[in-house]
Amino acid sequence: MPADAIARGFRRVGNGTMRAIARAGFATRFFLAVLYHSPAAFHRLQLTVREIYFAGVLSLVVIMVSGLFVGMVLGLQGYDALNKYGAGDSLGIFVGLSLVRELGPVVAGLLFASRAGSAVTAEIGLMKTTEQLSAMEMMAVDPLARIVAPRFWGGVISMPLLAALFSVMGVFGAYLVGVRLIGVDSGTFWGNMRAGIEFWPDVTNGIIKSTVFGIAVSLIAVFEGYDANPTAEGVSAATTRTVVGGSLAILALDFVLTVFMFRGLGTV
Amino acid sequence: MNKATIDLWVGIFVTIGIGAIVFLALKVGNLMSLETKPSYRLEASFDNIGGLKLRAPVKAAGVIVGRVESVRLDPKTYEAVVTLRMDDGYQFSKDTIAQILTSGLLGEVYIGLEAGGDPAMLADGQRVAKTQSAVVIEKLISQFLFDKASSGPTPSTGPSAK
Repeated sequence: MPADAIARGFRRVGNGTMRAIARAGFATRFFLAVLYHSPAAFHRLQLTVREIYFAGVLSLVVIMVSGLFVGMVLGLQGYDALNKYGAGDSLGIFVGLSLVRELGPVVAGLLFASRAGSAVTAEIGLMKTTEQLSAMEMMAVDPLARIVAPRFWGGVISMPLLAALFSVMGVFGAYLVGVRLIGVDSGTFWGNMRAGIEFWPDVTNGIIKSTVFGIAVSLIAVFEGYDANPTAEGVSAATTRTVVGGSLAILALDFVLTVFMFRGLGTV
Repeated sequence: MNKATIDLWVGIFVTIGIGAIVFLALKVGNLMSLETKPSYRLEASFDNIGGLKLRAPVKAAGVIVGRVESVRLDPKTYEAVVTLRMDDGYQFSKDTIAQILTSGLLGEVYIGLEAGGDPAMLADGQRVAKTQSAVVIEKLISQFLFDKASSGPTPSTGPSAK
């Protein structure tokens, strides 16, 4: 009897592993197929522009308002902490570096996953449920080229722009609180920021990060939609997986990218 | 939503997005600081560079006149050789002294140049002859302690009494 139970436990672990590997393989092949069909997304540019509108333009409000508030909170908290060491003048560099390097790409990515990624998953999942994807295949229209690739590229293009906007709004928010409210000198604020932040590597690293996050979130979103069980429950589960998986992927990728980017910044 | 409206909004979005990147480049980062200006290189060797980092500023009288481009160890003399990328607008005499300094107690480490009186100027690729190494606070403290111990009333307890 206990041997039976042990075997059942192992079988469950084995089954889970096999399914995870198969899913990873399917996701990889799906990614390659999306890349293969990507020229179609740019050949019929209107489809991609439409997706940039849905993923990018409609996310503008939430991204910009969040950026503003994150920046204002950074300004308050940062000034409070820095001023204990008499370094309140360094507020500019503190806010700028944390936004450009980390918070801009990461928080914008998390918001993007929940705002745009979930919508894409739900849309594609519902198309699958209502057999629109099958109908397209019947009409010799490849849904990968017509539906998936434009949504993927719409997300990839929108994400770095949204992250940059988030950072700019954050810097503006910190300026409002730090300079206008608390009274840090405006010249010191901008001067310290510019002295401490380089375009290369700080700003470019932020852009690289947000592009990578855009690729990861968009891929997860279209994949989960395409892979969803064609039921109401399946679509809702896929949407949840997009938000959870996308957010975790962003945080994990952020750590890995940061480790690689900081290697070059040592003494030598 | 018709095509023209979508095009308009996407155009606005992409424009302000690229504008944000340009803002980050110009206003937040300092893309236009030294990369575009013509520059020349100087070398200086130090016994100890302390916490000097790449891209640390090179200052003369407090004005930034260049940046540290690379740091390497000379395998023969075991000295640190620092390459400085200097702004072309500033020339320094041959007897300039290069020092490794710290702004404030915990501030950034930078290289300070003190111009001399030699009429001949340092040219591209030349070496600053007179240098002064970083002050390592741990060494200062240990020196101070050893001095105390050796000059104290009970020399037998001092670590460097003999």
